Amino acid sequence: MSRPTTPRTRSKVYDSAHAALADLTSGIRLMSGGFGLCGIPENSIDVIADMPIGNLTVISNNIGNSGRGLAKLLQRRQVHHAICTYVGGNPDLEQQILNGEISVELVPQGTFSERIRAAGLGIRAFYTPTGVGTVVAEGKEVRMFDKPCLLEYPLDADVAIIKAQRGDTYGNLWFKEAARNFSPLMAMAAHTTIVEVEELVPLGGIPAEDVHLPGIFVQRIYQGRNYRNEIEILKVQG
Amino acid sequence: MLGQVIDLFTPGCSVNLGIGLPTTILDVLAQRHANDPTAPDLDMFIQSENGVLGVAGRPTHAEASPTLINAGKETIRVRPGASFFDSALSFGMIRGGHIDFCILGGMEVDADGNLANWIVPGQKITGMGGAMDLVHGARHVVVVMTHFTKSGEAKLKEHCTLPLTGMHCVHTVVTDLGVFTPGNGRFHIRTLAPGITSADLNIPAHLLTLEDSGHASTT
Repeated sequence: MSRPTTPRTRSKVYDSAHAALADLTSGIRLMSGGFGLCGIPENSIDVIADMPIGNLTVISNNIGNSGRGLAKLLQRRQVHHAICTYVGGNPDLEQQILNGEISVELVPQGTFSERIRAAGLGIRAFYTPTGVGTVVAEGKEVRMFDKPCLLEYPLDADVAIIKAQRGDTYGNLWFKEAARNFSPLMAMAAHTTIVEVEELVPLGGIPAEDVHLPGIFVQRIYQGRNYRNEIEILKVQG
Repeated sequence: MLGQVIDLFTPGCSVNLGIGLPTTILDVLAQRHANDPTAPDLDMFIQSENGVLGVAGRPTHAEASPTLINAGKETIRVRPGASFFDSALSFGMIRGGHIDFCILGGMEVDADGNLANWIVPGQKITGMGGAMDLVHGARHVVVVMTHFTKSGEAKLKEHCTLPLTGMHCVHTVVTDLGVFTPGNGRFHIRTLAPGITSADLNIPAHLLTLEDSGHASTT
């Protein structure tokens, strides 16, 4: 697939989430970063939930939980197909599966991560031992190496919405703690990557050695606002 | 039971703890340290599939951060020398054979070392998460689970009946009744819990073997 080019005269920086997401349409493949509620692109999800688009294929580790995160898109019936690794504790999803409104494809998390990475890095296919002898192997080529392995293919998307703690105007990104997870991979794999950041810094504001995701993979960046940054399960000492 | 798992760890080892019962091992370790602060620290590096190496138990209220969580989405703290990385690197760490121990829960383990732990047909589908990757690559895959189901059947079986998580992947099974090594159609009994005999295991005798000495050691 040919990647979009950003002409030098066009800044990657958008004034708002609405501006950055305005040209999203129904029917697209949408990747969304985050593990549970950790590192999710809150502002982009909120804006998409209010847009009159639907029939989306959503690719994300989870698809929300109890009305939070991507569950908003489920509640507004915007999702047609979901590709995830874990969907437990999601009553919004369970109901739509039973009604036949949504189809769900479950992918082992390591294979999910590597398929997305492969899409971004131009790897056309790879073999992994994960899933051999399980339902995941159905319909797939098996080849013997030191142990049997399944042939897996890249997983790409039209748009990726991700969140980083800090980003500069070229789209160089820095992620906080464990909020990194799938976001750098999705940024590489998607045709158009849209990042929201808590801190938008000037060009070069992140030292080159500390860049977690080079801006070459990013097409649009905007200053995020009013983060809830929710803790899903609080476990503390005492 | 969790103590038997901890006894497998070596100083400085790397460990992935699965969600649920395995992560409570950290609470057991914290309690042991609280009871005897002079005991040598295992100095483990605990990995969490969501991109953390160096998980170190529960944070204080002040430390708790929405971006510092484990695979079960619970808040954690990290140890000195911890690192963060993306999910592809995380699973590469596992699949590439760099993790010493993977500790997982189980529903069934069979005598060929097959594991079923992610779905019960007819019940709600949650997905496999990282489980199918976790069983491939760790130097030592340990399943820790209660010995019996609620209806009294042994979870150690000749053949798994539930959909599999992985084939020929379990090195050690730890239950409340003992520690076993599955393989080649048999469960080798390594240890039995105090007061337990092989007859209590509810496993057909032809599936059981004792250690090479001919006697099962008891602790």
